[in-house]
Amino acid sequence: MFYREAGDFSTTYPQDSQTFPIKFDRYRYYVVLVIAFGIIPFIINDYWANAVFVPFLIYAIAAIGLNILTGYCGQVSLGTGAFMAVGAYSCYKLMTAFPEVSMLIHIPLAGLITAGVVTIFGLPSLRIKGFYLAVATLAAQFFLVWLFNKVGWFYNYSASGQISAPQRDVFGIIVTGPNTAAWAKYMICLVFVTICAVLARNLTRGTTGRTWMAIRDMDIAAEIIGVNPLKAKLTAFAISGFFVGIAGALFFSVYLGAAEVGESFGIDKSFLVLFMIIIGGLGSIFGSFAGAAFMVLLPVFLKNVFVGWLGWPTDLAAHLQFIISGGLIIIFLIMEPHGLAQLWRVAKEKLRLWPFPH
Amino acid sequence: MKLTTLTIAAVMAAGPVMADLVFPSLSYRTGPYAANGIPFADGYEDYFTLLNERDGGIGGVPIRVLECETGYNTEKGVECYESTKGEGALVYQPLSTGITYQLIPKATADGIPVHSMGYGRTSAKNGAVFSNIFNYPANYWDGASHAVTHILNENGGDISGTKIALVYHNSAYGKEPIRTLEELSAKHGYEFLPIAVDHPGQEQKSQWLQIRQQRPDYVLMWGWGVMNQVAIQEAANIRFPMDKFIGIWWSGSENDVLPAGAGADGYKALTFHNLGKDFPLYDDMQKYVVDAGKAAGAGDQLGTALYNRGMYAAMLAAEAAKKAQEISGVADITPAQMRDGMEALEITEELMTEIGLPNFGPTFSVSCENHGGNGLGAVAQWDAGAGKWSLITDYYQSDQDIISPLVAEDSAAFAAESGITPSCS
Repeated sequence: MFYREAGDFSTTYPQDSQTFPIKFDRYRYYVVLVIAFGIIPFIINDYWANAVFVPFLIYAIAAIGLNILTGYCGQVSLGTGAFMAVGAYSCYKLMTAFPEVSMLIHIPLAGLITAGVVTIFGLPSLRIKGFYLAVATLAAQFFLVWLFNKVGWFYNYSASGQISAPQRDVFGIIVTGPNTAAWAKYMICLVFVTICAVLARNLTRGTTGRTWMAIRDMDIAAEIIGVNPLKAKLTAFAISGFFVGIAGALFFSVYLGAAEVGESFGIDKSFLVLFMIIIGGLGSIFGSFAGAAFMVLLPVFLKNVFVGWLGWPTDLAAHLQFIISGGLIIIFLIMEPHGLAQLWRVAKEKLRLWPFPH
Repeated sequence: MKLTTLTIAAVMAAGPVMADLVFPSLSYRTGPYAANGIPFADGYEDYFTLLNERDGGIGGVPIRVLECETGYNTEKGVECYESTKGEGALVYQPLSTGITYQLIPKATADGIPVHSMGYGRTSAKNGAVFSNIFNYPANYWDGASHAVTHILNENGGDISGTKIALVYHNSAYGKEPIRTLEELSAKHGYEFLPIAVDHPGQEQKSQWLQIRQQRPDYVLMWGWGVMNQVAIQEAANIRFPMDKFIGIWWSGSENDVLPAGAGADGYKALTFHNLGKDFPLYDDMQKYVVDAGKAAGAGDQLGTALYNRGMYAAMLAAEAAKKAQEISGVADITPAQMRDGMEALEITEELMTEIGLPNFGPTFSVSCENHGGNGLGAVAQWDAGAGKWSLITDYYQSDQDIISPLVAEDSAAFAAESGITPSCS
């Protein structure tokens, strides 16, 4: 009824190729932006920022990054945790080496450094694919964690090997360190997430994205129609690395404040982000957000229900939470292998025909 | 009508109608470190339950223990911290070096004290820099020195030419003693061999093969969770002499030695408190907590090494709260007053006897310059036949000539890094 293309006429080419062709979707998008930028920063407190919004936004960036590589270009990666560590450690080195430079420069720079590193680890993808590539990225995961643990230069030779984010600001507003206000933490993550999502969305529906998808669907066919696999695969690795690096930098500097490579960027993190995109939906920007929300919010929600409201013992709640999360993941994979994004797509199709289905 | 009643009930439950002292317990009863997390959490909670049941709290104000499951995971630790700090949490004891590192800047900014008892950042001993962080009665560097002193005593004071290996958890926690052991190696002339074990430490074949090849005279261990059990089992497998295998206090619980059975007989571990349940306090514990069915968890951990440590941690927190009440003159203290109480804490033998724990731990006093106590520790040895730990030395002090400069250096680095001006005013 209200959710349809009819009556919404495009008069220019840019209008015709916009991200949200349906008017309702467009308004919904603006409403989300207004709430995210205009309302939440004023009501957010420490708990909501640190336990819910900041991890959700950061994981969303990481999931977008991995989705570009795995969902759009079909290259499986199990090295996301280590690639986030590259972002985190480059950000740390930059923050301590150039204290007067704004975080708005350090974080993208950390992303660029990660892009370079990830591209190097992406080189084997030109020869191997599927499971074999997954094993190669797994090697990257273990190698990088070992490297950051072993070489003292990366953690400025601190006694414990921990890296701690010193206080840094953006236009005079403190965004890292213990004195950061909740809204400042939230805002810096939100700004990066918005830029990354818009960037990723537009990349994936342009030429670059189409070559990635061609490679994903059938690399030999793609090569025959003129897609350069070297360029397509390496751009996917580089751009994915850029996003994952930004996520790692934010994860360390804004969210955790102090990190240790084995604990914060271990193999669990790689799997967590992979689960996010599988549950959210491979090859979908919305799916990256949905998957990140699912994996971040569900444990916090369950914990609050079981312990906060029902007053159950914490260990029982923690174990139940594992069972429920695991069960939901299995149910999702069986009932909807294309993830939450597919549910959303189906819902939109239904809405379009509503109230007069065939 | 019904809704109104519900709302009122909710407000009553949520609002601070009655004053209480909130002690959050960031515990871990799940995950690879649960075997160690459970007894500590039980001991911590049971001691506060005892105070509530027997004395009606501290200074007449009831105690509320807020338990939050961290799973030894720093992200969950952050969530737990944020969710409990608003409730008026008086002191945090996260029992995880990783989470402690997270909380050091956060808690300092929020004005809440952190007590990392025998873990965390060692240089927090310098209270002029780390105003809200306490790590009395002993820290990792003390532990490293205790182990070396014990080896020195066994060898008549000369260990030049011997080889000492350190099997450590490859994390901030495990890396802490390396610097001290290197300095001590320069002083005493032993050869130092660090061997890392990655989280969680279930696979240590290559590390112990290395020990077989390098033949160290002594092996020290900085392990936690499942890593301890595996290491002791591996040491027993290669027939490494157990009385030359010394663990830090976190590698010295019953859970760690029992799986290796008789093979673990003679294994040594450091400690900064006494072991077993041969103390008058345990009578009260039995009467008011266990028999009343109020014991935390399964209630089967009483008297284990880590249960005692949790109880000791709670006892120190309760004494600091008493001190804070005394200083401030109010019963319902704030975190800032709690901090002052911790800084003025003085543990004497009379006080411990009065509590019902005579000869349980070292005596020490805290001051702004010294948040870490006097660095007293002892060595305990496992008797597999009797199935119990017993102290084989008195409490002795660590080598302050080595440790004090290291503490000063590391805390100065932290102060410079975070823009703190050290002061004790």
